[in-house]
Formats: sequence, C-alpha cells, structure tokens
Amino acid sequence: MAQVLLFGRLADLAGWRDKALEAGSLAALRALLADQDPALAEALAGPGVQVAVDKALVRGEAALTATTEVAFLPPMSGG
Amino acid sequence: MITLSPQPFEPGALLTAFCEGRDETGAVASFTGLARAEQGRAAALELEAYPGFTDAAIRDFAEAAKARFALHDYRIVHRTGRIAPGEAIVFVATAAGHRREAFEACDFLMDWLKSRAPFWKKEHGPDGARWIEPTDRDRTDASRWDQE
Repeated sequence: MAQVLLFGRLADLAGWRDKALEAGSLAALRALLADQDPALAEALAGPGVQVAVDKALVRGEAALTATTEVAFLPPMSGG
Repeated sequence: MITLSPQPFEPGALLTAFCEGRDETGAVASFTGLARAEQGRAAALELEAYPGFTDAAIRDFAEAAKARFALHDYRIVHRTGRIAPGEAIVFVATAAGHRREAFEACDFLMDWLKSRAPFWKKEHGPDGARWIEPTDRDRTDASRWDQE
C-alpha cells in the first residue's frame, strides 16, 4: 500500500488527488494504474512528469511500503 | 522564513515586521506580486503547492541565494489556493548590508519563484479553467542568472 498524490492537470484527469494503492514498487504502481485508468497511466509517463517518493525526487525505480508517499508532479509552472 | 499561505496576506505588515530589530542591515528590498485580471480573462488564479515539498524547494533555493548575495535575512510568503485579481500572490524581502545585494537577491529569488518553483497554476476565466506553464519570458528571466 502506498499513499499516492496527484498534482495539477494529473489530478483533474484522474478525478482524484490522493488515494491509497496496493503496490510494492513504482513499476507495480504504474502497472496497477494502467489497469485502472490507462489514460492516467499514459499521462503519468508523459514528458516532464516527475516522481517524488517521500517528498524527494526519484528517477527510475523505488520500493514502496504502506507509509510511502508517492507524488506525481506535472511540469511546474512557477508561482 | 518561508510561508505558504492559503489566506490573503498584507504585504505592508510583512515588510514592517521584517525591518524590525536590524542594527547592521543597511538595505531591505522587497517585491510584491499581485494577481492580474487580464482584462477580464482571469476571474481567479488557483495555485497548487505540495506542502513539505514546495516549501523545502523554496528554502533550498533561498539559502543558496542568501550565500550568493551575502544576505543577512530573507522573508518569502507565497499564496496558495484561489486568488482573486488584485490580491497579493507573492512577497519577497531581502536584507543585506548594502542595497545592491538586497536588490539583486530579490530579483534573483523572484525570477526563480516565477518560473521554477514547484507550483501548479490554473487560470479560471470566462471560458473555463486552464493549467498554465511558465512563459518564455519567465524562462529567459530565470536563465539570465545561470551564465554569471
């Protein structure tokens, strides 16, 4: 289980901003989301979308536990 | 100090408080950004932040600015949530020994905040809402500091 957060247009596309999902890795989480919502999974893999695990940006794979917070961040607009 | 504020704030009060109790600071520069109405095209602006991530990123950048410009102190307040035209979006104040460092650090911080800070911005207008990406002007303003 991981706590998943979506920001900006990703949250609008999905229709939710936070959700607890059962996944032990980022790859498993992406696969689960692809099952539930292919359009969202495609957007999450799109250009400029960054991933933060427990508020630190990660590239590639990461292990997830029940308390891990995973955030998908579309390109940042500045303030 | 850095604050993300879902509530409107009063820039004058922030500046007064920031200037208090300084014996060695010769210069305080400040900038206040307001939400534009864009001739009616922007009924409101919505700014989304990621608490704990957005403020940490701003703090890292502001600490680097503090070292680069030998600042004594800085104060950054950024609105989040729905912001009406005319309301303050951002306040930056910098304190330094002399004015050049204070002005430049304030300009430097604003260029980064406007183009690279982790916010997601939505404009609500008469034709609905749209997510905004940084403008070319914002990117050019920010990149002019990279070559120095």
